[in-house]
Amino acid sequence: MTVPEVRQHPEHLEWVGKSIPRVEDPKFLRGRGNYIDDYEVPNMLEVAVARSTMAHAKILSIDTSAAEAVPGVVAIVTSENVTDHVNPMPDFGPSPDKHTWYCLAVDKVRYMGEGVAVVAATSRAIAEDAAELIEVEYEPLEPLTDMLAALTDDAPLIHEALESNVPFHRKFAFGDVDGDFAAADVIVRDTLWWGRSGGQPLETVGAVADYDSATGMMTIHVNSMSFTHFLFLLANTLRVPSNKLDLQPHPSGGSFGAKFFEVKTATIAAMMARVTGRPVKFMQDRLDNIANGDHHGSDRYYEVELAAKSDGTLLSTRYKVVDNYGAYIQFGVGQHGNSLAQAVGPYRMSSIGYDLTAVLTNKCQQGAYRGFGSEVGNWILERMVDLMAAELDMDPFEIRRMNFIQPDQFPYFIPTGNVYDSGDYEAVLKKTMELSDYKGWRKRQAEMRAEGRHIGIGVCTCQERSVFSATEFWFWFDEPVAAPVTSAPESVTLKVDAMGAVTATLYSNASWGNSPETMVAQFAAEELGVKPEDVSVVYAGSNQGMPATGPGGSRFTIMVGGAVEGAAQSIRAKAAKIAAHLLEANEDDLVWEDGGFAVRGSPDQRKELAEIALAAHMFKHSLPEEIETGLEASHVQDHPYTTMPNPERTNLGVFYPFVGHASHVVVVEVDPETGRVEFLDYTAVHDCGTVVNPRSVGGQVIGGTVQGLGSTLFEEFLYDEDGVLRTPSFAEYLIPSALDSPTLRVGHNETPSPYTPYGVKGGGEAGRMMAPSAICAAIDDALGIRIRRLPATPERIVEMVDAKD
Amino acid sequence: MSTHDITVTINGAATSASVESRRSLADFLRHDVGLVGTHIGCEQGACGACTVLIGGRSVRSCIMFAVQADGAEIQTVESLAPGAEMHPLQEAFRRHQGLQCGFCTPGMLLRSLELINDNPNLTAEEAREGISSNMCRCTGYQYIVDAVLDAAAEMRAEEG
Repeated sequence: MTVPEVRQHPEHLEWVGKSIPRVEDPKFLRGRGNYIDDYEVPNMLEVAVARSTMAHAKILSIDTSAAEAVPGVVAIVTSENVTDHVNPMPDFGPSPDKHTWYCLAVDKVRYMGEGVAVVAATSRAIAEDAAELIEVEYEPLEPLTDMLAALTDDAPLIHEALESNVPFHRKFAFGDVDGDFAAADVIVRDTLWWGRSGGQPLETVGAVADYDSATGMMTIHVNSMSFTHFLFLLANTLRVPSNKLDLQPHPSGGSFGAKFFEVKTATIAAMMARVTGRPVKFMQDRLDNIANGDHHGSDRYYEVELAAKSDGTLLSTRYKVVDNYGAYIQFGVGQHGNSLAQAVGPYRMSSIGYDLTAVLTNKCQQGAYRGFGSEVGNWILERMVDLMAAELDMDPFEIRRMNFIQPDQFPYFIPTGNVYDSGDYEAVLKKTMELSDYKGWRKRQAEMRAEGRHIGIGVCTCQERSVFSATEFWFWFDEPVAAPVTSAPESVTLKVDAMGAVTATLYSNASWGNSPETMVAQFAAEELGVKPEDVSVVYAGSNQGMPATGPGGSRFTIMVGGAVEGAAQSIRAKAAKIAAHLLEANEDDLVWEDGGFAVRGSPDQRKELAEIALAAHMFKHSLPEEIETGLEASHVQDHPYTTMPNPERTNLGVFYPFVGHASHVVVVEVDPETGRVEFLDYTAVHDCGTVVNPRSVGGQVIGGTVQGLGSTLFEEFLYDEDGVLRTPSFAEYLIPSALDSPTLRVGHNETPSPYTPYGVKGGGEAGRMMAPSAICAAIDDALGIRIRRLPATPERIVEMVDAKD
Repeated sequence: MSTHDITVTINGAATSASVESRRSLADFLRHDVGLVGTHIGCEQGACGACTVLIGGRSVRSCIMFAVQADGAEIQTVESLAPGAEMHPLQEAFRRHQGLQCGFCTPGMLLRSLELINDNPNLTAEEAREGISSNMCRCTGYQYIVDAVLDAAAEMRAEEG
């Protein structure tokens, strides 16, 4: 595909850019969200999963006799017969046959918490009672959680078929890495660790499945799975024809990636519905979600080198990355495609070396978490830029500013092949310094330090790539061309009924804390001249659905904007023909304004959209022959700008082209005795192109920043060397509270994308992609230490202070 | 499993039921009474999504047995807007976008109502400390604090 045309964005916008109250909110505020656990049907069973108590063990036998005897138990499926009922789970490779994954463990368990049996009963409590009575005899195997130990020759094997613990290793060179390092005056090196945290939405994953044996239709109500155009994968798992699977979306109580394509819960519910012939609900409890939810975030070890000239000009970065994927690898190494989409950050660097080793161990597998791995890349790069600044005795702001890609250099192709569409990084940094009163804080910092207080100031300047194309998934296959270019589509149907009222139908996952209904209402209002609060937004089930990919990779607002634009264009085109007929005017003489068509130069001669819609629905035979009854249009928005990787994988093509930017300035006070970090000031300025709803983007930035704070200071799924999960509840896995969270000053800079409707870029993952870098820099500055491992818990901060002394 | 007969007042209406000893108040409200606005996030008393008011005081309904509520006056989120009009607190949450996914919202609203009833003149710091009992994974809390302060001002004005 070719480069899209540069768009001329409209100068006046009625609704885009306004902080209208969200369309979604009244039902949530009344407690009528229709979440998945609110949904019940007659005759419904509930299930509970019996989970492995061992990290790594052969399953010798399973005795379900006591469980079966519990009154109310209807059916039990175990590791021993699960393959009779379902196929393996969807796996995006590479080599899924070498690390096959089922909804229950087969032959052996590979992490503590993996399912070994599932009980369907007349109530959840009875199902849990019975699950506790299932006796599993294990033969313990040596547990393995350390990713570097997993690489040694005598390490136990997680998957014997793989014959090692490395499902993927490849060394990439983008640009002349060796040449740039040879030309460098200064090279800084470090080792860094990013601990695994995860979305942990307050609502867990759930599903209600119902199998109709007469028609063969499997209907599953879900709060997960946005990738609806990949549902044929789930149909294969469930052994139903793809046209006999219908997913009905429910609003979800948060996701942050954790429900992006969580298929195991629906698979278990569907399997038990078919086994029992009754509707079945599976609602994860918190332990299911933490221990067996398939959505832990990145868990990485880095050896990094950054090369620069003595004046601070950055040249190249060389990464050696090991990533601990846990027991399976459902999304392949997509999290590294995300890092590579913005591998040079906002800086002019001419090459990147990337040596990637994916490792399997006895932990729950990784999934998606806000940033999908690119937030780790940001943190690593910013840590290294700070190290270079210290090495060269440069101001951390100045080393960033002098290396920025300049506004006149866009569109800018980075060495990995991805393109940055637009930006003005210096403007963002300038705004951040002003809004944060950076100079004032430096002065106050000196005064407070004189009083013996440990005050630190940190800055970061980071990218937020948006709108993935699934083509990035192809880069890890060894074949030169694994599959042609993929479009990751999103669709909308707009209907103007006989009364002129507008309904928008969405086809991917329902609201999960982003604002899909508000976005669609604002776009539809803009395009059709109606009020956002008058647009009705509904969701279609997948079987009546159109291609959709849903929220993920900060794509939804941009893609659905394009879908609404396309559908509205079709509606206006048909409306123009009808209006021309009603006004006895030439279609070319009509202008669209204020929600109707008027004859150019005669504004009194006009027809409102409602009048046109009435004619379209009711009076077909009075209209020109070619006009069919109704006023409705659908549009599939395909990815506007994506290209293939080259066969040698020295260029990954364009796969994440709309690139936002942000700068955060953080002021902290740290207690070196306790390791407690207190936020004195926090400023975040973001550029996500044209802002559709400033208050909503502000909310995403603040919420994302607090999640980033959690990953930086507290949150970790911690497994000990025996493979025991030490953080199985919110008592150990610590989510930031209101008292842990700063009050942010939020600023927006708007550099519209030349390629997207209205110039919007993604903003939903922002905050989490920036906060770790700025917070670590501030803590370093406060204490004179260098954070190299996240989370930087109070305990680790005190250790670093002690080591320094 | 033994059962107990209880009588509770829920949002002003007296209700009698026979409940299993181990039935949590949250499950009772959600599944037996059908008031699904009370949400379950962790079932360990950590997150506060299940917060309801008993005699005006916030409690975690996931770690309280239904039998313990016998004789109590219970208020759930459904009580805030019985008709077309929303409560000033709900309106303030909407104005300030003090919610994203909406899952913590019922508990957050009831906890906020308790805070404002206790101290109609609460400060931003007091509001922040007050809601620190309840987790929100979406908003980072800032717009919730804004909403609570604005609602308190509205409610003070209404009290006149």
